[in-house]
Amino acid sequence: MITVSGLRKAYGDVVALDGVDLHVGKGEVFGVLGRSGAGKSTLLRCVNLLERPDEGVVTVDGRELTALGAADLRRARQRIGMIHQHFALLSSRTVAGNVAFPLEVMGVGRAARARRVAEMLDLVGLADRAGAYPAQLSGGQKQRVGIARALAAEPSVLLSDEATSALDPATTQSILALLRRLNRELGLTILLITHEMDVIKAVCDSAAIMSDGRIAEAGPIPELLATPGSRLAAELFPLPSPEPGTVTVALAADQTLLSRLARTHDVDVAIAAGAVEQVAGVPAGRLRLRITGAGTAAALAELRGRGLLVEEDA
Amino acid sequence: MTWSEMSPLLWEATGQTAVMVGWSTLFTVLFGLPLGVCLAGTDRGGLFPTPAVRRVLGLVVNVGRSLPFIVLMIAVIPVTRVLTGTTIGTAAAVVPLTIGAVPFFARLVETALREVGRDVVQAAEAMGAGRARVVARVLLPEALPGLVAGLTVTVVTLISYSAMAGVIGGGGLGDLAVRYGYQRFETTLMVVTVVVLVVVVQLAQTLGDAVARRLSHR
Repeated sequence: MITVSGLRKAYGDVVALDGVDLHVGKGEVFGVLGRSGAGKSTLLRCVNLLERPDEGVVTVDGRELTALGAADLRRARQRIGMIHQHFALLSSRTVAGNVAFPLEVMGVGRAARARRVAEMLDLVGLADRAGAYPAQLSGGQKQRVGIARALAAEPSVLLSDEATSALDPATTQSILALLRRLNRELGLTILLITHEMDVIKAVCDSAAIMSDGRIAEAGPIPELLATPGSRLAAELFPLPSPEPGTVTVALAADQTLLSRLARTHDVDVAIAAGAVEQVAGVPAGRLRLRITGAGTAAALAELRGRGLLVEEDA
Repeated sequence: MTWSEMSPLLWEATGQTAVMVGWSTLFTVLFGLPLGVCLAGTDRGGLFPTPAVRRVLGLVVNVGRSLPFIVLMIAVIPVTRVLTGTTIGTAAAVVPLTIGAVPFFARLVETALREVGRDVVQAAEAMGAGRARVVARVLLPEALPGLVAGLTVTVVTLISYSAMAGVIGGGGLGDLAVRYGYQRFETTLMVVTVVVLVVVVQLAQTLGDAVARRLSHR
């Protein structure tokens, strides 16, 4: 749905993007993690060409944006929703007026506009605040308006620029739950950038970590969990330093792994340490196990064979 | 001087001031608003950054702002003659008043537009809005309270400028105070004129503040 290749962008001597490739599949929630200054914000703003990259190609929903002229680019942007860290709502307009803005840009008629606005406010649970001004809303409500506005024009893609960074933890969770629901119900593809691990864990199917203008690592989270030496997995699911005689395994789709291992290989499996959380609604993480018994070698071989064995310690 | 002697003089002068300030306010908005939009828009990080254009506009505005009004009024007499066919009278005073106030108002417009958050403008661009729409539907509406506050300051400045219009026969309250209050030692009339000016300025400011507050939803 979103493909970025060979993206470069420099501001004077400062290189913000140093050859970035990224692919986000249809219906996927993709999170880019990075510290401030890593270039993730520039990357996101290059996807809808708010920043024009010095080099590279950006394709969204089959259209090569970097090849479009100004008028075509404006039309293409109507199909790309965006939400912002500080909401970026028009203070002079009511909630309904804000949601109507992208529809006005598209030239939607008054009656159809009103219908769509009501529909969108229903979707984000703000139907009763249609006539309020942004200044009268809480941060979470403002972001809901931002989401309703971003989705009013029925975009195929939603870009999220640190959308929860200005919100408290409880509100963050409710906004992330909303994004997840919209992803499922509307099949919406979401590309988000964040510096918070929890955001990645809460909503993302795939993730990438950025530093110094490059993507250091990227992939579906279950795969990252099973990748030895993965920086993302280690940051998302930190485990204490390994003890002798333990192994680290990835826990993803296979929820009954441990009991089956014990049954088929006649081993005892003890958990030495673990980091397991709900990732996109499914338990996932890493476990450090101490496996003992006659079939230990066979059990380890099976884990290794299935690509779940992340670390083996002496 | 009795009240019945002063009253017609005051009414006439107030009317002249109202005409001068009214028309020059209208023309100031007409020319100053676009100029202010250009000043803000051509700046680095603006909607249509063009440093060369901005430097020229900035220079013109600064020249206009650096002339004392009484000097400007005399200096633009040839322009006044071309535009109104005369160089004296109330109508003739509207020309220098407008020329004096346009750069002043344009700077205030520029400042008000700058107050609009960059993120709001970019959000509109991300939704596919073109520059004209961003100016008309985002920048100006978002800056409206600031624009009204700027206009209020401009009107008060125009009232004060108009006091000098007597020099080119424009009449008005300032001229009345000079001719009667100063040159004929009519202290009572002087005091009354001052009171009227204070009340008028006060009314303009209060009205402007109320409108600005009403428009602000921040």
